[in-house]
Amino acid sequence: METKKLAIIATKGTLDWAYPPFILASTGAALGYEVEVFFTFYGLQLLRKGDLSALKVSPLGNPGMPMKMPFGPKWFKGINWNIPNAVQSLVPFYENVATSLMKMTIKNNGVASIPELRTLCLEADCKFIACQMTVELFGFDHSNFIDGIEYGGAATFFEFAGESDICLFI
Amino acid sequence: MNFDKELDARGLNCPLPILRTKKALAEMTSAQVLKVVATDPGSVKDMQAFAKQTGNELVSSAETGGEYTFFMKKK
Repeated sequence: METKKLAIIATKGTLDWAYPPFILASTGAALGYEVEVFFTFYGLQLLRKGDLSALKVSPLGNPGMPMKMPFGPKWFKGINWNIPNAVQSLVPFYENVATSLMKMTIKNNGVASIPELRTLCLEADCKFIACQMTVELFGFDHSNFIDGIEYGGAATFFEFAGESDICLFI
Repeated sequence: MNFDKELDARGLNCPLPILRTKKALAEMTSAQVLKVVATDPGSVKDMQAFAKQTGNELVSSAETGGEYTFFMKKK
């Protein structure tokens, strides 16, 4: 049987949206897929060196995001803190606080961290490609990104995606 | 049931139980049996899907008190 292929375009640069590409890439690899992920625009943040602490969540303007506390008694954890956008936008470091709480929730639920999932993807030979055009557009340098990735453009993506069995834009 | 290796995936959530299962199987030889214990309710369907797609055999799958036990025979 010929190896199946999974092609993903990762375009988001927030902590929450970092999950889908890495979860699907690592799972695809575990299922025997050959995986290639093309990181473009804000998705480039997912390839930055280090602990990826620049990835944050923002509840501002995101009505779908439940705002619950990861600590305290059960009744307290169950409260959905419905904070108006106008208030959120005025509180300094609001995103940092929300991100810390989100990371606590992630840990409490036994969900892997993003650096952990990224390492699992690389160990499973998922191929990562950074969009050279957006690297330059955002003023990044190759030294900002992890080793072992490739740089290319749209045509590079099509070369693999054209023969893929699953192709996702995230 | 007899098994050759045990994997404790309790407290882990998607996709970690599957990734750890894959890793554990990679270190085993054909026809050996891996026991996996997980607490993620989603792992029930995921283990079936993993077995179906990778050709490893899910010999049994059972739940007791919120813990799911799987026996996977390596292809």
